[in-house]
Amino acid sequence: MKHNLILRVVSKFLIPLIFLFALYVQFHGDFGPGGGFQAGVIFSAAIILYALVFGVDSAKQVIPPSILLFLASLGVLIYAGTGVASLMMGGNYLEYGVLASTQLAGQHIGILLIELGVGITVMAVMLIMFFAFAERGRQQEDKKS
Amino acid sequence: MLVDILSWVCLMLGSLLGIIGGIGLHRFPDFYTRLHAAGTTDTLCAALFLLGLGLQIGVALASLKLLLIFLFIYLTSPTASHSLANAAMIGGLKPVLGK
Repeated sequence: MKHNLILRVVSKFLIPLIFLFALYVQFHGDFGPGGGFQAGVIFSAAIILYALVFGVDSAKQVIPPSILLFLASLGVLIYAGTGVASLMMGGNYLEYGVLASTQLAGQHIGILLIELGVGITVMAVMLIMFFAFAERGRQQEDKKS
Repeated sequence: MLVDILSWVCLMLGSLLGIIGGIGLHRFPDFYTRLHAAGTTDTLCAALFLLGLGLQIGVALASLKLLLIFLFIYLTSPTASHSLANAAMIGGLKPVLGK
């Protein structure tokens, strides 16, 4: 990896900006194009870029796979929990209007929570898939040697 | 009116460069020359397009976003070309010379 100096410098500069753009897509999703799925994909793309340039092992130090499994289920829990919360507060499943004092504020809170759950799950699952594929070739190489 | 003409000149030059890049990508003999055609025309083509679109908009939030897109393309497109050529060179692909 020593010969890729330009690639390393440019990706070090760009990766924080990709994270920032992912957060913009995440939280601007209810006013413009974007949303949880796209933000999760962009977020995981930044970490995949890091893994491609600096190696899979250092990417696993950034986000360990055990935390990824936890995050993947946490996102689903946030999604379903929002639905159950609106059930508890007297509405239908995923009826956002009852979550706050007024209908409009409830809609805002509901859609933000749902999109947050989708984003976290998509980010974690994308990275789990990437790490699984990256590991697969390496394990076969280990068996050969 | 003048701004309109300028923006259309930029858009037309940009699309001309895009077409030239496409022809070069199709006609050049080996990997490195094709990469040259794609990489060099790509940066200026996108820059001219964004300048033309920015002149259409004027000073607004959208033109700031266009400027940001230009900055990212300006950084990533040469880097992608460089790392592709670097990987091909290390992988042992020889350029076609002296035809």
